[in-house]
Amino acid sequence: MDGARRSFLKSAGLGFLAFGLPPAFLVRAAGAEQAARGKVLVVVFQRGGMDGLNVVVPFKDRAYHKLRPNIAIAEPASGAERAIDLDGFYGLHPALAPLKSIYDKGHLAIVQAAGSPDNTRSHFDAQDYMELGTPGIKSTPDGWLNRHLRETARSDSPFRGVALTAQTPRVLAGTAPVLTLSSIEEFRLRDESMSRPLQRLYAEASDPLFRQGAKSLFDAMATLRSVESKIPAGAVNYPAGRFATALKQIARLIKANFGLEIAFAEIEGWDTHVNEGGATGQLANRLKELGEGLAAFYQDLRDRMDDVLLVTMSEFGRTARENGNRGTDHGHANVMFALGGRVRGGKVYGRWPGLAPEVLYEGRDLALTTDYRTVCGEVLTRHLGQTDVSRVFPGFRAGDQLGILV
Amino acid sequence: MTAPLTPEQRTVHFLNRTSFGPTRETIERVNRIGVRADLEEQLRPDNIPDSVIEEKIAALKTMRLSSRELIELYPPPQKAREQGMAMAPTQGPRQVILELQLARLLRAVYSRRQLYEVMVDFWSNHFNVFAAKGADRWLTTSYDRDTIRPHALGRFRDLLLATAKSAAMLFYLDNWMSAAPNTVLATRAPNLRRQGINENYARELMELHTLGVDGGYTQKDVQEVARCFTGWTIRRPRGEAEFTFEGRLHDNGAKTVLGAHIPAGGGMEDGLKVIDLLARHPSTAKFIATKLTRRLLADDPPASVVSKAETAFRQSDGEIRSVLRAIIETPEFFSPEVYRSKVKKPLEYVASALRITGSETEITHQLLRYLGRMGEPLFLAQPPTGYPDVASSWVSPDMLLTRMNFASDLVSNRLPGSRVKNVAAGGADAIGKLIAPDSLSSATRAALAETKEREAVALLLAAPEFQRR
Repeated sequence: MDGARRSFLKSAGLGFLAFGLPPAFLVRAAGAEQAARGKVLVVVFQRGGMDGLNVVVPFKDRAYHKLRPNIAIAEPASGAERAIDLDGFYGLHPALAPLKSIYDKGHLAIVQAAGSPDNTRSHFDAQDYMELGTPGIKSTPDGWLNRHLRETARSDSPFRGVALTAQTPRVLAGTAPVLTLSSIEEFRLRDESMSRPLQRLYAEASDPLFRQGAKSLFDAMATLRSVESKIPAGAVNYPAGRFATALKQIARLIKANFGLEIAFAEIEGWDTHVNEGGATGQLANRLKELGEGLAAFYQDLRDRMDDVLLVTMSEFGRTARENGNRGTDHGHANVMFALGGRVRGGKVYGRWPGLAPEVLYEGRDLALTTDYRTVCGEVLTRHLGQTDVSRVFPGFRAGDQLGILV
Repeated sequence: MTAPLTPEQRTVHFLNRTSFGPTRETIERVNRIGVRADLEEQLRPDNIPDSVIEEKIAALKTMRLSSRELIELYPPPQKAREQGMAMAPTQGPRQVILELQLARLLRAVYSRRQLYEVMVDFWSNHFNVFAAKGADRWLTTSYDRDTIRPHALGRFRDLLLATAKSAAMLFYLDNWMSAAPNTVLATRAPNLRRQGINENYARELMELHTLGVDGGYTQKDVQEVARCFTGWTIRRPRGEAEFTFEGRLHDNGAKTVLGAHIPAGGGMEDGLKVIDLLARHPSTAKFIATKLTRRLLADDPPASVVSKAETAFRQSDGEIRSVLRAIIETPEFFSPEVYRSKVKKPLEYVASALRITGSETEITHQLLRYLGRMGEPLFLAQPPTGYPDVASSWVSPDMLLTRMNFASDLVSNRLPGSRVKNVAAGGADAIGKLIAPDSLSSATRAALAETKEREAVALLLAAPEFQRR
């Protein structure tokens, strides 16, 4: 076989199909079990601006109840529909009950008053800033998760970075190849006979955007097909809905040892301007979906959670005071979760800034005491072995780490 | 490519930008009457007979009904059961949204008023509402028919005001509930839950509808604009479902918006003043000019063209026709750099595939589901930005796979209700010429040479060339 033909097969992802061999990255992984059981970071984005004050409730702060006469979560006591006590000051929203035992086991850490320091209250700008990793700077061409992948080229697995979304999220967009995948089962061509001509014409396309996209596609399809039957289906029942389904697929990819390093999922519907509800209602329904999904993911992966860290974030929190429609408007600082076997959990991190009028950010929102990049930077260095966080978060000078990881 | 476009390329390029994709007929017509005459014709859609599509739309009952009638006749399944109505689950609000989606896709494929339909799609995204949000399940039909479509080629200010007064937008961005604190109505009827300002609409009005996020407004302006629009509400969102100004909810104090003083006691005039202020603001001219140039020319629109479009917007007092004309008449419009530089959105991709293959389609659930899987379920963009119009949003491995599968399903007639006609008549060669009159890439030609006729057409529709316009 001449060199040109060989390199064509490789670039088109046909190499091992032609010879019945697994792709090189899997061969290497099989030879080194440790490498195969690599560390994985899962980022969950809560789009719409979650109301963190009603999620991890500062029930001992008297101002909290005054600011929210209709939607405050009652402080812990016997009976349902009350906050679940975490440490005598904070309580978990009752819809997040499935997370309490994980917190007690020390596998869930919470950071209160965290987020992006930019003061924009536009969903779109705030999400962009958080995903680009450069608050206040919109011209950044790539997302921070993509920069991490670019700076740590550990393998050529097409599964290094996977988004379980319809479109590539900005946080994963950039020069390092990533994959979007809405379902493992449906990730196949309807007409297999078109595979070879399609691979060929895309491999030779002069259009780099499509050439790269198709290369990732055909590499990934070939890999999934070669080992599909070996991916454990998982014994845990996940709740219905797109979010839990995405987590389930991520768990399967982790168990399949495809070389997954970064996974991304999102959950929408947090923009609670009107009738937010308290212990029950609109926000509670979103939290139920979130909490049940995360708990199922945790139970599904069991011991493997030692290698997995899941972090949640949302573009901003919401106004400390409820508005005239029993909802909340766009605010500032928020709550982040870190879930994993190596998390120093069972604790709420971050300095509590208080809710008195004079300490509210711009007179209306929870002030920020922890930059989300401090949390993510610690995760990148301690969990994923990133040696230079400044290349992932340019211009960010990280202060002390919180110590949320063992 | 640096050589200027050939006449054949110019025709295809023009049709790729001003329609949902060329067909043999539209190429022949533009070749016959010329680009300029075709553009002028397309800018006057009322003069273009369009009976084929009108008959198809007439078969969709919900398209003719008022919001009130839709609410009465298509209640949610649970309410229908309570009222003892015999109704299949698909006959509720889901049917309303489904017919709306069918109509949009049918018009994109079959309407002869193609530029008009392109602009309807553009403004639907610019002034996005999410049809699955609460009462918007019944309000979006009227929004499309009575708010967007009458003004899609009209004056920007009229379109802006129509959206501000539409029940669908008032509901989607919560303005219908926004009220001055301590108004009589709010204090006497606390169960109305209208006890304060909601600034959601005010913010998106400036950020997304007019000035753009860097258009020079502050958080204070957002609050002041929200005060101006208190009382712009809906008379019973699930009853009459019509716009009304409710003076008892209005904040009658003086306001300052973008430095302009709005005196106390203005009532509904406050909101109208804001609309005029925003519609004629230089940031708006620039923002709208940029977005239109992005749709018609390139993801990174050349500053020279944006500036001409901006001038046209200002000189014509926001006449959309004049802005379109200004953009299309720039020499840059036909420059080789922008030729086939835009990646098709899913709607553009699916519609162009049906058009170029001369398909006969009733448009079924499967076809609409494909649009959803490609990332553009019609009328169902949740964020107020609508669907993006840049390449990076639409090229992912998963989306490519869905497009490839759509192409083979369509050409193999596996989509119930759709039949491809042109495969026999001229086949892949003829379709290839419509896609790329210059010539297809050598890779595509080589792949085509190895495949049989029907499969060759599928391959063409799945090829990188056809993903761009």
